[in-house]
Amino acid sequence: MADATAKPRTSAKICGMGHSMKRKEDPRFLQGKGNYIDDHTLPGMLWLDIVRSPIAYGKIVNIDSSKALEIDGVLAVLTGKDLEAYGLHWMPTLMSDTQMVLPTDTVMYQAQEVAGVIATSRYAAADGVAAVEVEYEAMTPVMDPFKALEDDAPVLRTDKEGQEDNRIWHWEAGDKEATDKIFDEADVVVREKMHVPRIHVASIETCGCLADFNPVEGHLTVYMTTQAPHAIRTVLALVAGHVGLSEEKIRVVSPDIGGGFGGKVPVYPGYVIAIAASVVLGKPVKWIEDRMENLQADSFARDYHMDAEVAADAGGKIKALRIKTLADHGYADAQAAPSKFPAGLFSICTGSYDMENAYAEVDAVYTNKPPGGVAYRCSFRVTEAVHCLERIVDTLAHKVGKDPATLREENFIPKEAFPYHSPLGWEYDSGDYQAAMDKAKEMIGYDDLRKEQAEKRERGELMGIGVCSFTEVLGAGPSKDFDILGIKMFDSAEVRVHPTGKAIARFGTKSQGQGHETTYAQIIAEELGLPAAHVQVEEGDTDTAPYGLGTYASRSTPTAGAAGVMAARKLRDKARKIAAHLLEVSEEDLDWEPGTFSVKGAPDKSVTIQDCAFAAYTNLPEGMEPGMEATNYYDPPNLTFPFGTYICVVDIDRGTGEVTVRRFVAVDDCGNIINPMIVQGQIHGGLTQGLGPALYEEMTYDEDGNNQAGSFMDYLVPTAVETPAWETGHTVTPSPHHPLGAKGVGESATVGAPPAIANAVVDALAHLGVTHMEIPIRPERGWGALRGEGGEGGWVVSVMGWGGVRASQW
Amino acid sequence: MARHNVTVTVNGEAHSREVDSRLLLVHLIRDELALTGTHIGCDTTHCGACTVLVDGVPTKSCTVLAVQADGAEIGTVEGLADANGMSALQEGFMQEHGLQCGFCTPGMLMTGTALLARNANPGEAEIREAISGNLCRCTGYVNIVKAVEYAAAKMAGADDDAPAAEEAN
Ligand code: FES
Ligand code: FES
Repeated sequence: MADATAKPRTSAKICGMGHSMKRKEDPRFLQGKGNYIDDHTLPGMLWLDIVRSPIAYGKIVNIDSSKALEIDGVLAVLTGKDLEAYGLHWMPTLMSDTQMVLPTDTVMYQAQEVAGVIATSRYAAADGVAAVEVEYEAMTPVMDPFKALEDDAPVLRTDKEGQEDNRIWHWEAGDKEATDKIFDEADVVVREKMHVPRIHVASIETCGCLADFNPVEGHLTVYMTTQAPHAIRTVLALVAGHVGLSEEKIRVVSPDIGGGFGGKVPVYPGYVIAIAASVVLGKPVKWIEDRMENLQADSFARDYHMDAEVAADAGGKIKALRIKTLADHGYADAQAAPSKFPAGLFSICTGSYDMENAYAEVDAVYTNKPPGGVAYRCSFRVTEAVHCLERIVDTLAHKVGKDPATLREENFIPKEAFPYHSPLGWEYDSGDYQAAMDKAKEMIGYDDLRKEQAEKRERGELMGIGVCSFTEVLGAGPSKDFDILGIKMFDSAEVRVHPTGKAIARFGTKSQGQGHETTYAQIIAEELGLPAAHVQVEEGDTDTAPYGLGTYASRSTPTAGAAGVMAARKLRDKARKIAAHLLEVSEEDLDWEPGTFSVKGAPDKSVTIQDCAFAAYTNLPEGMEPGMEATNYYDPPNLTFPFGTYICVVDIDRGTGEVTVRRFVAVDDCGNIINPMIVQGQIHGGLTQGLGPALYEEMTYDEDGNNQAGSFMDYLVPTAVETPAWETGHTVTPSPHHPLGAKGVGESATVGAPPAIANAVVDALAHLGVTHMEIPIRPERGWGALRGEGGEGGWVVSVMGWGGVRASQW
Repeated sequence: MARHNVTVTVNGEAHSREVDSRLLLVHLIRDELALTGTHIGCDTTHCGACTVLVDGVPTKSCTVLAVQADGAEIGTVEGLADANGMSALQEGFMQEHGLQCGFCTPGMLMTGTALLARNANPGEAEIREAISGNLCRCTGYVNIVKAVEYAAAKMAGADDDAPAAEEAN
């Protein structure tokens, strides 16, 4: 294990890996000079606003646009029938399902796009939306995924040929028979049913675009808030190729993004309507979603109902895991998972523990909710898998009477076992789980906390300590297994050093706040010895950046970051040849210190990387190709497996049931670190996005399909007041296959925090017989538990059928 | 719709426009005056991305009509830096990594600026309370709190003692 406080290899001037370089993007954001989608305007620009369905399921009887068209400034109203004329009323999803752009006859979820109003101003477009009269014939929606599978449930996707029920797919991993056998013979079996509810990414910037079709050249430029501009361009070409918009005629530009978190990966109908409107009207058309539309129509994640069992021996040694899951995808399978992995990377569910076997199965189902399944700050369903495992491991600890930290330690995959082959088929690259556990326990003072808890219990006070030791799976992914719509999940970098020794580096990914302009520059600096300050990073413009699959699933550092390293190394090799030429020695006689080649044994005979760059344009060895530019498309040999241990302390108010997170220690191991300041920031943010779903956030629907959390009044994003002062630490276990030894970090904390918090709450109530609480643990759930309201959710009646609190005894 | 003449002074510069009665102040600032540093993140006055100073008071400009601001002195993020560079608070955000995507940042800066104007040395709880109407989805708030503390320390003339951004331990 490398030393966590290892000194950076480069000087502060070069600012390569390990330096907490201040961010290059900050000065523009701090002075109001960011350039987000709504900041874009073009001459003659029109506005799109969208008429949305008030009902969850029903027939459209009539759409009357006449009153809207009388409004000053309203130019057109586009309906599904209008788009049908161009064959643009349906589009493919990233999971090879289909989805309406605008309906011709049926609406399938509340807030579904029904018509687009195009007007000369934001306000006129909104007036137009209010004036469009739509007559519906409501039908009874299917909101409960379990009921959707019953024999008498109406088939929702009648548009799909051969679809006879509401099943989307069935997926399984592992050896069922061998696993069942272990369960049959096990000393101890524990079981929990749990729901990771539908939540929303709620980036503070909503979605939007500005579509600009040039009718003379037949060329379309779309400025849009997308995390995956290249893939989106390819999808647009597939959707609209038949009307002349082939891929070379489309340019997608992703500007500064005000938070993405996975919600800005899919293609939403609004984008396509804006594009269609621009093509039809020959003018630029802007669409900016408002917050209520955003919370009601797109960017939804999770919604996994899991029934999990663990088999163990009497001492708590885990033997096997078995999970049966129902995945509620809503109206369409519009998630953005790799095609071979319809349940994402859920099969990471054996986590940090060594066990003989495991079996997991997932059934996906259609309901009348908006399309869900966004990989919200999560490497494709890892969040659900980790929540499930880390919760049930606590149930096991409770059952066999062991401290939850001890039980974890006794089951950890030992560090000598890496590379480790998990029963569900992954090869974990590296890990030292005990080291992270030790550090977390020491930072929080675990043993003292247990003593404090015992004393408080005596006095009747409620305090809980929750532990989570997760393993993540990031960096999708190796092309043999990973693709989206057939496009392999490599990523790319293109580095050019100018004659004066400054550089531009372009990548196929797209930052949404992660600070790529800084960290990628540091990567190039590390490899080439150019000051990071002299490396300009660009992403997001499909006309200039190399093709890549984008930024989500914490894949930027493992894929595009690695591509940057490989491209820079090509340039360093070339520079070495040039240096040998300039110093009149052979390449083997040169030493490399970041930024300088010197002659072995004669260190004062040296040239800088800048000298070499200049010579690449002015004084080349004979026969060498001029210039200083290299490209790499990096296909990772494996995924990366970061891990960590989180420990959380909560206090619960006996009177109100309110949970307060008093302390939270997060020890992460993401391999070698590029910028410690940025890594820590990513962890702070991820933890807060884990706190939300653990305690506050949930997208619920009533049985008529009405969204009950469609604004920030009801969808409770944590504020500075609820959020604790996060405490972070790290250990460093480099990835053996990543060229920098880095693993990626953006999502670990979102994955690890919810079970740590839920475990702490259950721990606080365990002596009352509580074994499980569903998230989010809002005060009413805690209060229900205190009053002994178990079973169907206590206080909260959820349409999911599974309630909040489960108690073994009262 | 009735039109009204509105005059506002934004960052020291006077602007007059004829506007609809219903035009929101945030749209006057962004669309008419092209000051796009002020953002919009919701429609229920919860996120604070649109926070500006109206006569020195932090105000959610999505919830004020432009006509209500007639005659007011308005401060936006574009007015925080001057010829000497960024303000102490802007510098604090940069040094303490108080921003990621930057979308909430202008609102946070305006709220923080107003807080420091009325309380030169706020404690952590006061800072958290002050920014509780400004949502940030990226940072987890810890470094925003530190950024305000950095600015308070710097403005107190304790430049040398300003806490440096800690390296993650
Ligand atoms: S835009 Fe959200 S409070 Fe004003
Ligand atoms: S920095 Fe992104 S919302 Fe605050």
